[in-house]
Amino acid sequence: MSFTLKIVLAVLGALGVIVVVTSFERPPVNVVQVGQRGTAMELVANPRALAARAPRHAVPEPTPPVDAAGQKASEVYENVQVLGDLDANAFTRLMIAITAWVSPEQGCNYCHNPENLASDEVYTKVVTRRMLQMTRTINASWQAHVGQTGVTCYTCHRGRPVPEEVWATDPDPHRTRGIAASAAGQNIASPAVGLSSLPHDPFTPFLLRDDPIRVTGTRPLPHGNPATIMGAEWTYALMVHFSAATGQNCTFCHNTQNFGKWESSTPQRVTAWHGIRMVRAVNNDYIEPLRPLWAANPHGPPERGDATQSRLGPGGDPWKVSCGTCHLGANKPLLGRSMLADYPELNAVTLGPLRSAAR
Amino acid sequence: MAMLSFEKKYRVRGGTLVGGDLFDFWVGPFYVGFFGVTTVFFTVLGTLLILYGAALQGTFNVWTINIAPPDLKYGLAFAPIKEGGLWQLITICAIGAFVSWALRQAEISRKLGMGYHIPVAYGVAVFAYITLVVIRPLLLGAWGHGFPYGIFSHLDWVSNVGYQYLHFHYNPAHMIAVSFFFATTLALSLHGALVLSALNPPKGEPVKTPEHENTFFRDLIGYSIGTLGIHRLGLFLALSAGFWSAVCIVISGPFWTRGWPEWWGWWLNLPIWS
Repeated sequence: MSFTLKIVLAVLGALGVIVVVTSFERPPVNVVQVGQRGTAMELVANPRALAARAPRHAVPEPTPPVDAAGQKASEVYENVQVLGDLDANAFTRLMIAITAWVSPEQGCNYCHNPENLASDEVYTKVVTRRMLQMTRTINASWQAHVGQTGVTCYTCHRGRPVPEEVWATDPDPHRTRGIAASAAGQNIASPAVGLSSLPHDPFTPFLLRDDPIRVTGTRPLPHGNPATIMGAEWTYALMVHFSAATGQNCTFCHNTQNFGKWESSTPQRVTAWHGIRMVRAVNNDYIEPLRPLWAANPHGPPERGDATQSRLGPGGDPWKVSCGTCHLGANKPLLGRSMLADYPELNAVTLGPLRSAAR
Repeated sequence: MAMLSFEKKYRVRGGTLVGGDLFDFWVGPFYVGFFGVTTVFFTVLGTLLILYGAALQGTFNVWTINIAPPDLKYGLAFAPIKEGGLWQLITICAIGAFVSWALRQAEISRKLGMGYHIPVAYGVAVFAYITLVVIRPLLLGAWGHGFPYGIFSHLDWVSNVGYQYLHFHYNPAHMIAVSFFFATTLALSLHGALVLSALNPPKGEPVKTPEHENTFFRDLIGYSIGTLGIHRLGLFLALSAGFWSAVCIVISGPFWTRGWPEWWGWWLNLPIWS
């Protein structure tokens, strides 16, 4: 063996040792049994990684309560369309809270014209109204998913005008044209699908459209199963997104002995089933209809501060919601602590049609 | 049972690891020895315990008999007999029987003045089993991490453990193990085909020699590993398959808790791509 070859092998060996030592985790790890013994229905977690990520799920201090003013917000202020039933002081308290949740650096002027707070000329104010109605709808109509914990603006926004984990339909196939073009969105190693080779946009078919998710046949062959192998890849991609969004593995919801069988699945699968429909409704009923506002203001409002990212995805559609938008890697957003309890005002949002859908 | 005329010549006393002359005899063609006795003891006891477990379960359908390990709450302690204790006893019996069998192979090797290749090779398979039911449970802190003893039930366990890490085909050691399994079957089939082809010439022609075999592979791929070398290669490939199988399960959990696709992030994050 030549000297040069020895050196090359030594360097490669050292690099290999570095990769092995730095890329793995170590015991002890937490394992929680969620099924009958011997079935490996178990949740696996690294307690050190969980501790490191805990600050991400911290709940901000609630805004101090205020005494009632005795007058409704709609009587004190002009053009209060969805929060008019609130007490005027509670209304102000909620405004302060929303600013801290959504635009802490940009302040009130992220949505308001400081010369005329009642004006709808800043488009973000119109967006906020719909988002308040959305919050109310989620808390009132989607308790099958959010339970009594509920959501607030902070559940998604976390102090950012545009939430951290959002998605838009990717118009670029990242591929050559011609014979190699039909990769069906695979082999991108996208974080959305846990760096796997699965289709990298499981959101558009399942969280915007309602393409069928179930691919497992319910009757023995050969009675036909219209699902395709490719369909299974898309479903797998969506499932890996669930895992990435919640920090849980497949056995959190499924006994993989039969993925489709509800009787052997865990209760969490029911919660997730409603969550899929909730996210789909949020995207179709609240996000997509606001597209013209973002299209007219693709870089945000004048007082956007550092939040300069485009309000539209590369395909011109708005940033939309996935499971990760709220969950951010935790199986319960904010580790299951309810902020809604401190802000009952969010349950008093008026759900009717708005006077100005656009500016 | 049949014994060839010259076999008696090799049946020499001595060479035992423990027990001296005790049990140093043959029953028909089978060498007994101390470890033959312990093998039989553990095998019979373990099998009877499985049948007891099947009786408790209420089925003797071989597909659905299931001896499940304890709940995780028992940790590394003994569990009540009907709540996984049976699995613990059967595991002790299985390891006792497998290790006894390996040591009996070693004693026979010693008697014959041979190398220990056979007990070492068999030992790798035993090591893979012990990794599954002892080493990994120890690292995870509970005997409940062992796999259940049952034909269907162990398959369900394998499926769920695989999906605990989202996509097991991304497990790097699993990749290596699978590659070795394919390579070992390829090597064995090539070797078997080559030997048979040399030993089965057309009618009327003499049997071909190892020189023919070597020449065939030199013509085909430019290299022949040789008559002894192919067996070294076969042993290496087969043992590597078993060894990396053990590695791929022992790193799942103790040394990686997330989806296996995510482990490859180190590759995607190398500073050479941007």
